[in-house]
Amino acid sequence: MIEVYELSKKFGDFCAVDRVSFSVPEGVIFGFLGPNGAGKTTTIRMLTTMLRPTGGRMLVDGHDPVKEQYQVRRSFGIVFQDPSLDEELTAFENMDFHGVLYGLPSWERRQNIEKLLCLVELEERQDELVKFFSTGMKRRLEVARALLHQPKILFLDEPTLGLDPQTRKRIWDYIKDLNQGQKLTVFFTTHYLDEVERAADQIAIIDQGRIIVNDTPSNIKNKTGSSSLEDAFILLTGKVIRDEDPSAMDRMRLRRKFRRKR
Amino acid sequence: MNVIYIIWLRQLKRDLHSRAWIIAAFGQPVMYLLALTFGFGPFYQKASGLNYLQFLVPGVISMGIIFPAVLSGMEIVWDRQFGFLKETLVAPVSRFKIVLGRILGGATLALIRGMLVFIFCLALGFRIENTALLPVAFAWMFFIAVFCASIGTVIGSLLEDIQSFQLMMNFFIMPFFLFSNALFPLDRLPQGMRTIVSLNPLSHGIDGLRGSLTHGFFFGAGADLCVLGIFTAILFILASYLFSLIEP
Repeated sequence: MIEVYELSKKFGDFCAVDRVSFSVPEGVIFGFLGPNGAGKTTTIRMLTTMLRPTGGRMLVDGHDPVKEQYQVRRSFGIVFQDPSLDEELTAFENMDFHGVLYGLPSWERRQNIEKLLCLVELEERQDELVKFFSTGMKRRLEVARALLHQPKILFLDEPTLGLDPQTRKRIWDYIKDLNQGQKLTVFFTTHYLDEVERAADQIAIIDQGRIIVNDTPSNIKNKTGSSSLEDAFILLTGKVIRDEDPSAMDRMRLRRKFRRKR
Repeated sequence: MNVIYIIWLRQLKRDLHSRAWIIAAFGQPVMYLLALTFGFGPFYQKASGLNYLQFLVPGVISMGIIFPAVLSGMEIVWDRQFGFLKETLVAPVSRFKIVLGRILGGATLALIRGMLVFIFCLALGFRIENTALLPVAFAWMFFIAVFCASIGTVIGSLLEDIQSFQLMMNFFIMPFFLFSNALFPLDRLPQGMRTIVSLNPLSHGIDGLRGSLTHGFFFGAGADLCVLGIFTAILFILASYLFSLIEP
């Protein structure tokens, strides 16, 4: 469903993603892990047509995100790392807006919105403004919205960041159901390794722009001789905290600002 | 078509959900109207023998349109800050349609505000010379709104953060308004000032509106239409282009 070959992205002389190759078969839940600034979000941004790569090739649902943007955009749903709802609209209006953008006819919108809002248990709040929702409710709404146009692939960039264990579990339950029921392919990043252990069929760990492992969770544990994925992760990526380094996005922002000032 | 409509509708809904904004945008032109009519009205009357209110109203209606229209365009910065912009940018729709929907939405909202100011002015004693030209006047109001929403979109696509917002308003939009024919007539201006005001495309929009409401045109309807039309087209293309460069 996703094929990536020698994919690279350079911001100036900083290499955010360095000749990365992997593939995600249809119906697989794929965990994309790595320390902060490792290149996870940059990779997602390239796969989802938001950023042009500087090298390599990719195929998403058989289409090239650089040349066939519209086909690719129609094939996936995405939950961004940061919130992306219109807070001044109601839950229903947010969903409906999305449905129109993706060209769904009105009967299909009504039907799917109702179904999905029930799934994420927001059907009774559908006419409330999103700004009055809690973080967890907003996230659930974003998941529902990403699924509205019945995508084949769901991208989740740290979907459970800052949520309580109950909401995290709930969100994963929905996603796993859809994965099993409709063979939805899921590509996600997270820092919660217990989630990965429970949900992911396959994992790639990326560090400093390069993939260091690509395997099933149990194989990774066996190979490294660790009892948990967390231990394996630390063993593979080291104990150094990466936050001191600006992330690829920050670098880009800084550079852009700097350039403008000159 | 649906896409343009839903983006237009979103702008309207957002606005209806937050009522305070309407009052804020409505308040500014009314304040200008009251202060200037009562402050300068007597002098104007003495100097020209004409009623200042009759002159000022089209300018104040324009003011009621200009500021909200520009602001609506600049809302891109907000949408970017709050993440919603990404949602529209990864959707399988052309950026051109998004820009068109946004500009039309912002212009419609500004037009509604202009109408409110207009009604207020009628209550204050403003008289329309020729009622048959009223639809033409509304068309001019919408035209000014589209022009200003395009300016706002250009600025919004260039700005990176909300902080520069106010700065833009004070040092760019405000002079744009002040150096137009909104508040004073052109006929007795010194040559330099007159040139500046005549070059301001906004003056042509206001002249068009004023012409169809009261005094007749200063530049002429055809000239007004040409100048504002050309500038709007350029700004619209520029806005679409700059918007398409935004990386989500």
